[in-house]
Amino acid sequence: MSDAAARGDSMLKVRVIPCLDVKDGRVVKGVKFVDLRDAGDPVEAAKAYDAAGADELCFLDITASVEARSTLIDVVSRTAEQCFMPLTVGGGVRTVEDIRALLNAGADKVSINTAAVNRRDFVREAAEKFGEQCIVVAIDAKKVSAEGEPDRWEIFTHGGRNRTGIDAVEYAREVVALGAGEILLTSMDRDGTGEGFDLKLTRAISDAVTVPVIASGGVGTLDHLVDGIREGGASAVLAASIFHFGTFTIGAAKEALAQAGLPVRRGGGDSAETA
Amino acid sequence: MTPPAPVALIDYGSGNLHSAGKALERAAREGGSGKAVLVTADPDVVRRADRIVLPGVGAYADCRRGLDAVPGMVEALTEAVMERGRPFLGICVGLQLMATRGLEHGDTAGLGWIDGEVVKIEPADPTLKIPHMGWNSLDVARPHPLLAGIPTGEGGLDAYFVHSYHLNAARAGDVIATTSYGGAVTAMVGRDNLAGTQFHPEKSQRLGLALLANFLKWAP
Repeated sequence: MSDAAARGDSMLKVRVIPCLDVKDGRVVKGVKFVDLRDAGDPVEAAKAYDAAGADELCFLDITASVEARSTLIDVVSRTAEQCFMPLTVGGGVRTVEDIRALLNAGADKVSINTAAVNRRDFVREAAEKFGEQCIVVAIDAKKVSAEGEPDRWEIFTHGGRNRTGIDAVEYAREVVALGAGEILLTSMDRDGTGEGFDLKLTRAISDAVTVPVIASGGVGTLDHLVDGIREGGASAVLAASIFHFGTFTIGAAKEALAQAGLPVRRGGGDSAETA
Repeated sequence: MTPPAPVALIDYGSGNLHSAGKALERAAREGGSGKAVLVTADPDVVRRADRIVLPGVGAYADCRRGLDAVPGMVEALTEAVMERGRPFLGICVGLQLMATRGLEHGDTAGLGWIDGEVVKIEPADPTLKIPHMGWNSLDVARPHPLLAGIPTGEGGLDAYFVHSYHLNAARAGDVIATTSYGGAVTAMVGRDNLAGTQFHPEKSQRLGLALLANFLKWAP
C-alpha cells in the first residue's frame, strides 16, 4: 500500500518546522543560510524561513530570567506582525498568564514542558481556557530500558539531566486526555547527534495518542525526516541546526519528503514585506 | 474628504487579534483599498463599519459566551450584517458562530445565519489525527469573489487549518469550498454578503493575504 493510500482520503501536508532557540531576545546559534543584516535577530530569521517555505515556526525560549519574558513577548509580537504563518512558542511557560501573553502577542500555539510534568492539571486548565488546538505539550524522553528488555522511555527534565520515573507513553496518553492538542516529542538520546529520530519512541507515542505528533531530536539527513513520518508516524518534523547552518534548505527537505511519496506544501510562502 | 469607513475586527476576548489585525492592515496596504482596520468591542463602531470581521479561537460555547458578554454586540452585528448587508467574514470559530448551533461540549445556539450544525470531524480513516492541523488544499465547490485570482486545488496554494469541529451546512449551496481529510470537511461557506473560512487566512501566508485583500474590496 502506498503512503498516500495509507493516509486515506486526505490532502493534509506533512509539516516541516524549523526551531529557533532564543535567549534574551536573540537567536542562540544564528541563521547562516542567507545573508541577514543580523543573523541573531529572531525576527530576521523568521522572515528568512517564511520566505523559504517553512510550514510553521517554533521559538524555544531558553532564557533563564523571568525579567526577560517581556523581551520574548516583543520578539513574538514583531514576528507575528510580519510573518503570516503559524508560530509555536515554548520555554518557561508556567502559568495561564504566560500563555495568554504569548497568544495575545501572536503565537498560535504555546508549548508547555516542565510545568506539565510538575502539575498535570495545568494542561487541563490551559486547554479549557484557550482551546486544545493551541496547547502543545513538549515531551523530552530518554530510553531507560536495558538491552534485551522491552523498550521503555521516561520523561526527563532540565535538558535531560533529571529523570522523573514517568513513563513517556503513559504520560503522552495522560496529557492528551487532559487536553493537549499536539505533542512535541524530543528524544534526549538523539538530540544534537545527527543520528536521526528515535523512531521506535516516535512510533510508540504516535500510536498511543489521537493528536498530531511533531518528531524532534537527532535530524542529520533528509532521509531522517522521511523516516520520522513513515516509520515514526509523526505528522510533522522539527529540526534546528540542519536548517540554520544551511546543510539543507526547507525546499530540499520538502523535495525529499515528496520523493518518498509524502504530501508536502509547495509555494505560497514569503508573506513578509520586503520593504 | 472623509476617510474610508473602517473595517471592524471584533474583539470579544477570543484569542489572537494581533495577527488578524496585522494581516488585514497588510492586505489593505497591498490591495490598495486604504481601509483603516479597527479592533473594537464597541457595538456602535460595528454598526457604522464598512465591513466586519469576526475571528474566533477556542471552544464554541466560550466564544458564544464571549460575544454575548459584550452588551449590544449581537444586535449590532445582526443589524449591520443581516439588515444592512455589510460584507462579513467569520474566521475559524467566527465562521462556526454563523451556524444554527454548535455541538462542541453541549448544545450552543449560533447566530443562525447559515443553516447547519457545527459537529466533530470524524474522518473515515480512524488513524487520521484530530485536530485537523496543518496545511491542506481547498476544493472549490463554486467560484467566489474572495477566492478570485488564488490558485486552489491540488498544485494550488494550501490553507492553514487548526480545528476539530466543522460546519455541516444544511444547504449544499452555502458551501464555497471543502478540504479533504478522511472525507470532505467544510473549509469555506458563504451566501450573499456572508463569508466564512474555517482555515486561518491570517496564518495562510500568500493565500490568506490575497483572500483578505479580496474581502476588503468585495462588493456583494
